[in-house]
Amino acid sequence: MDNVSYLDYKGKHKGLLGWILSTDHKRIAVLYLVSLIAFFLVAMTFGFLMRLEMLTPGKTIIDPQTYNALFTLHGVIMIFLFIIPGIPAVFGNFFLPIMLGAKDVSFPRLNLLSWYFYIGGAALVLISLFTGGGPIDTGWTFYVPYSLRTQTNVSLAVFAAFVLGFSSILTGLNFIVTIHRTRCPGMGWFKMPLFAWGLYSTAWIQVLATPVIGITLLLIILERFFGVGIFDPALGGDPLLYQHLFWIYSHPAVYIMILPAMGLVSEIIPTFSKKDIFGYGPIAMSSLAIAFLGYLVWGHHMFSSGISDTSRAIFSFLTFIVAIPTGIKVFNWVATLYKASIDARAPFWFVVAFIIIFSIGGLTGLVLGSLNTDIHLTDTYFVVAHFHYVMFGGMGLLFFGGLHYWFPKMFGKMYNEKIAKLGTLIFVIGFNGLYFPMFIMGYLGMPRRYYDYLPQYQIYHVISTIGSWVLIIGILILVFNLLKALLSKSNTTTELNPWGGTTLEWTVPTPPPLENFDVIPTVTHGPYYRPNLIKPEKSH
Amino acid sequence: MKQTIVQHTDLTFLIIIGISFFFLAVITALMFYFMYKYSRKKNPVATDITGNTTIEILWTVIPTILVMVMFFYGYAGFKQIRNAPSDAMTVKVTGRMWVWNFEYENGVKSDTLFVPTGKPVKLELNSVDVNHSFYIPAFRIKEDAVPGRKNYLWFEPTEDGEYYVECAEYCGLSHSYMLSKVVSMPKDKYDAWYNAPRPKEGADTTKPKSDTLKTK
Ligand code: HEM
Ligand SMILES: [Cu+2]
Ligand SMILES: [Cu+2]
Repeated sequence: MDNVSYLDYKGKHKGLLGWILSTDHKRIAVLYLVSLIAFFLVAMTFGFLMRLEMLTPGKTIIDPQTYNALFTLHGVIMIFLFIIPGIPAVFGNFFLPIMLGAKDVSFPRLNLLSWYFYIGGAALVLISLFTGGGPIDTGWTFYVPYSLRTQTNVSLAVFAAFVLGFSSILTGLNFIVTIHRTRCPGMGWFKMPLFAWGLYSTAWIQVLATPVIGITLLLIILERFFGVGIFDPALGGDPLLYQHLFWIYSHPAVYIMILPAMGLVSEIIPTFSKKDIFGYGPIAMSSLAIAFLGYLVWGHHMFSSGISDTSRAIFSFLTFIVAIPTGIKVFNWVATLYKASIDARAPFWFVVAFIIIFSIGGLTGLVLGSLNTDIHLTDTYFVVAHFHYVMFGGMGLLFFGGLHYWFPKMFGKMYNEKIAKLGTLIFVIGFNGLYFPMFIMGYLGMPRRYYDYLPQYQIYHVISTIGSWVLIIGILILVFNLLKALLSKSNTTTELNPWGGTTLEWTVPTPPPLENFDVIPTVTHGPYYRPNLIKPEKSH
Repeated sequence: MKQTIVQHTDLTFLIIIGISFFFLAVITALMFYFMYKYSRKKNPVATDITGNTTIEILWTVIPTILVMVMFFYGYAGFKQIRNAPSDAMTVKVTGRMWVWNFEYENGVKSDTLFVPTGKPVKLELNSVDVNHSFYIPAFRIKEDAVPGRKNYLWFEPTEDGEYYVECAEYCGLSHSYMLSKVVSMPKDKYDAWYNAPRPKEGADTTKPKSDTLKTK
């Protein structure tokens, strides 16, 4: 086979069809990448508008109904169209097979089908805005009874989320089988890159938890059309049953968002530290532990809903336990830097920013896991700050980090690193300006999903809105820097291994050819092994 | 004097944030220190360290103990929040889009929660339409008002004053306007209001005379 790159490869179809009908995992990944970034920018614009509205008490630019629709759509797009598919759909699809030494995922056609479910779901969200009662206004959590009472187009919007669930399930299924079946000779489970461990843990959650939300969302539709009486208290149903079902999926789903990002951190750190990772075993096992324990803590979203005191205590206890494996990861990452030889290139900056921002998010999560403090803080801006720190500062930041790490390999182009670093710095400053004041106003009692507010909160809202402008400037710098590299003719690189990484994707041509490998490789060492390092003084 | 629930919640918050801040500072400082000390320039060849069992055990066990301490502080505070004293007076609270209604034991109705200072008050929460959440930030308490359920809350104001009540569970168009107040006043004033003669039907809107009350 000749080494035509996957970008130039000419198959049965030409032009756009050659992309949207291709079952090559790398082309599918690029399809996902383009769609994800587009939706991210749309939802970011909604966030920008919301922050503008909050600049002054009372009406600033939009009316309350529009505001309510905006935060709902912002949440729905960010959750279902950006972070949940996120890293697995883009970087998992592109790099998992290569990192395992395989030619493709196990089920390439299902892989393409999952993208169609994704685009189909996205199209349904779009249609739901202009049909029925107009844009949904329930918040991304679709809580009953409000979602049963409101006249807006809830049914179509939740059906869209139902369809998107299939996309997620298929990706998860594909990755589980791929990891079990297609590892190259020599790659035992504990010689897999940690990114693969992150995706593997995630995949099990995708496969096992997503059906729960699927059914729950269908029940909302049934309830709206036929008044079955499952959730509606007026018909003998139970609103708390809905909350249980919703969070039985949606809490594990936050680990769908973060585990792949953690896997990515575990790739980037050894590459730029020029040494093996500290604690491979504990990092890999903590992913599995998080995936498992993550199923048992959904009740911490319901501490003020009226569930029994005993169950609140149990959920609080388990929530604290799930913090431990996360802490272990952070400690091991920092320990990897000890006696390393650190080359702080652009992708590494994202990881440094991630460790600080994600730690703030995780540690403030402890306040929300504790019963008495959560009762004060739940449904306030403290929670809004917390989840943006973990989700946006976690997965969101690492999405950009991964893009900068693998961009040269994916497209054979190199971007301007100085500008990327500048963009990251502005991003981090804006991010903290936007979200840190939310912790304070949350503690002072500013509830979330509020169109209007009491004057004493204004100062925090003003700072936060200014922060949003800075953040968005940072994001635009990052995006345009990459676009410029992509479109220019001169930045071409065919360098196999620009960062000095040790995993298999750095051994294939840049950009990779259609089936990745001419000869399936055989591995003999762990994924981050480097010869010729100084031996540690004494072995433990 | 502050209410014990407020004190306990703020203390729990400070303990957790204090420990967290310590960890954040250590992690951040170490990371930057290593980046400086072991930069490519200063340390061209890395040392092949791949792990250390003792330290893995240490940073599993110590945080586990610390989070257990946090859990118990939170849980102890929570028990106070859930155990209303038996001498508490009961007020029925009904949430509806988008107002709070209060009904007293003698049938008096109001849209503001008047209470005597120094007496525990137990609130029975219900909703007639969608979920709401009854939140008094100054007292650090909140509980959802869910249709078809009787949830409860209690508090004991220790100082005269006015305190905001906010709806903290999204309930539609005017969610952010679903505000009310707790007005805590000396017992004699409260009794005068409570026992004042009223027209039979309809919600009572007569306000007691509150001259120097501050809203917190
Ligand atoms: C780019 C800048 C962003 C801005 C300015 C922004 C701003 C906001 C604001 C103002 C809210 C409403 C808070 C409330 O009243 O409850 C919100 C909610 C939310 N945001 Fe963001 N956000 C941004 C990025 C993100 C990202 C990247 C994610 C996910 C990774 C995200 C996920 C969410 C979610 C899930 C909600 C809750 C929606 C709901 O209440 O239904 N946001 N955001
Ligand atoms: Cu959760
Ligand atoms: Cu409300």
